[in-house]
Amino acid sequence: MQDITPHLVELVKSTSTDLSPDVEQALADACRAEAPNSAAAGALQTILENVKMSRETGRPICQDTGTPIFYFWIPEGLSQRKLIEQTKEALRIATKEAYLRPNAVAALSGKNSGDNTGTDFPTIHFHEWDQDYIRVGLVLKGGGSENCGCQYSIPSTEFAASRDIKGVRKAILDAAFKAQGFGCAPGILGVGIGGDRATSTIKAKEQLFRPLTDTNPDPELDKLEKQLHQEINGMGIGPMGFGGKTTVLGVKMAELHRLPASFFVSIAYMCWADRRKFMTIRNGNVEIAPPK
Amino acid sequence: MATKLTVPISEDEIRKLHIGDQVLLSGVIFTGRDAAHKYMIDNFIKGTCPDSEKQMYELLKQALAGGVIYHCGPVVRKRDDGKYEFVAAGPTTSIREEPYTADVIEHFQVRGVIGKGGMRDKTLNACKQHGAVYLHAIGGAATLIAESVKEVEDVHKLDFGVPEAFWQIRVEDFPCVVTMDSHGASLHDKVLKESEEKYQELLKA
Repeated sequence: MQDITPHLVELVKSTSTDLSPDVEQALADACRAEAPNSAAAGALQTILENVKMSRETGRPICQDTGTPIFYFWIPEGLSQRKLIEQTKEALRIATKEAYLRPNAVAALSGKNSGDNTGTDFPTIHFHEWDQDYIRVGLVLKGGGSENCGCQYSIPSTEFAASRDIKGVRKAILDAAFKAQGFGCAPGILGVGIGGDRATSTIKAKEQLFRPLTDTNPDPELDKLEKQLHQEINGMGIGPMGFGGKTTVLGVKMAELHRLPASFFVSIAYMCWADRRKFMTIRNGNVEIAPPK
Repeated sequence: MATKLTVPISEDEIRKLHIGDQVLLSGVIFTGRDAAHKYMIDNFIKGTCPDSEKQMYELLKQALAGGVIYHCGPVVRKRDDGKYEFVAAGPTTSIREEPYTADVIEHFQVRGVIGKGGMRDKTLNACKQHGAVYLHAIGGAATLIAESVKEVEDVHKLDFGVPEAFWQIRVEDFPCVVTMDSHGASLHDKVLKESEEKYQELLKA
C-alpha cells in the first residue's frame, strides 16, 4: 500500500495556514458591510490582514490549531489501520514543523503528549466508496469555538421549542445568542437534526465542509438556513461580540433519522478561522483544494 | 481612527477612552495568566513578600505602574542566539482572572488589561475607581499579533511553564478595542442586553 504520510503533512499545512477563498470572501464582504471606523470593521480588517500574513509566511492562522478531524473516503480493500498510523505520523511531523501547536492533553492529568496524538486523538472517520481513489477531508477545530457548541433535546420548555422545524429554529437561535462573541465570531454554525446524541453531533460537524455559498438539497432546510443566517446577524452581536452586522458567516444543517422518543438538535460552532480542506490522491496526482 | 497609546500610560489618557474605541498599543508589556496572577496575589498583595521574591516585586512595581498585563499563553521559539521569539500570540479567555484582576490593578496601578471575552463587575469597578481599561484583542489573529511583538526582552518565572510565565515583551501597534472603560461601561454588557431583546423578539415571531 502507498505511503501517503507526506501528502497528509501537506494537507495539514495547507489547512492550518491557508484559509479557503469562500471564507475569506465572506469575511471581506462582512468587513465592507460594517460602519467605517467601527470596532467591528477594525476587527475584520485585522482578521483579513492576519489571514493574508499567515498565507504568505506559512504560519498557523490561529495559535489554537484545534482538534484535527479527518474524513477518509477510500476504495475497497485499503487498510484503515495503516491509514491511521500514517495520519498519526503526519501529525507528529506537522507539529515538529510548527504547523500545529501540541494540543493533545490527557483528560485528567493534563499531560501534553507533545505531538497531537493520543487516545482517540486525532478524530478519524472512514467511509468506503465505489471510486478508485482516496479523498481526505480535514477540519482543524479550535477549542474556544468548540466550547460554544451545544446539544438540545426538544421539546424545550425554556424557550417553548416544539418538536418540529419551528422548534429547531428556536434551538439554533438560542445557541447563537448564548455563544455571543465567545467562539471568535463571526462563526459558522453546523447543525445536526435528529440521530442519537453522537451521530447528531458528527452530522453537525460534517456540515462545516460545505462551501458557504452552496444550496441545501432540501428546499425546506435551505430556506431555514438562509432565514437563520439573517436572523442571527440581526441580533447585532457582531465580530468578536463588539456589536455589528455580521455574527455568523453561515448556517448549514442536515437531517438524520431518530428514535420516536428522541429529538436532538446539535450545534457545532466554528470560529471565523474556519480551517477545512480536501485532498484527492488519484493515480499519483495529489490535489489539495477548498470545498467546492 | 485608532488611538495610539504608549506604555507607561497616564490616568488622563485612560479617562479619554470609551467602549468601542480602537487602540494601537506600543511599549513594554507583560503577559500573565492563571499562575502569574495567583503568584502576585499570594506573595505581594495578600501575603508579605518573602526575601526570595523581593527583586521580582521591585521589577513588577516599576513595570506595571502605568503598565499593561496581557492574558496570553504564547507559542515561543528559542533562537540560535539564545533569544526568544513569539511565533503565535493570540489572547486567551480573561474571565479566569476575574477573582484577581481588581486587586492587581489597585496594587500595581495597572492601566490596561488585554485579553479575550471580557470580564465582570469586580474588574469593571476597579477600572472605574483606579483609572484602567480592558482591551479586547482579536481572537485568532495570532500571526498578526506575533508580528507586533518586536522583541522578547526577558522572561520571568519560567518555572511556571511557557504559557504561564511572565513574558516581558516590547510591542508596536498592537491592535485592540476598548470593551470595558474607566467610566463604568462594558461593551459586553451592552451587546448582551441589546442582543437579548432581539433574541426575545425572534422567539415570539
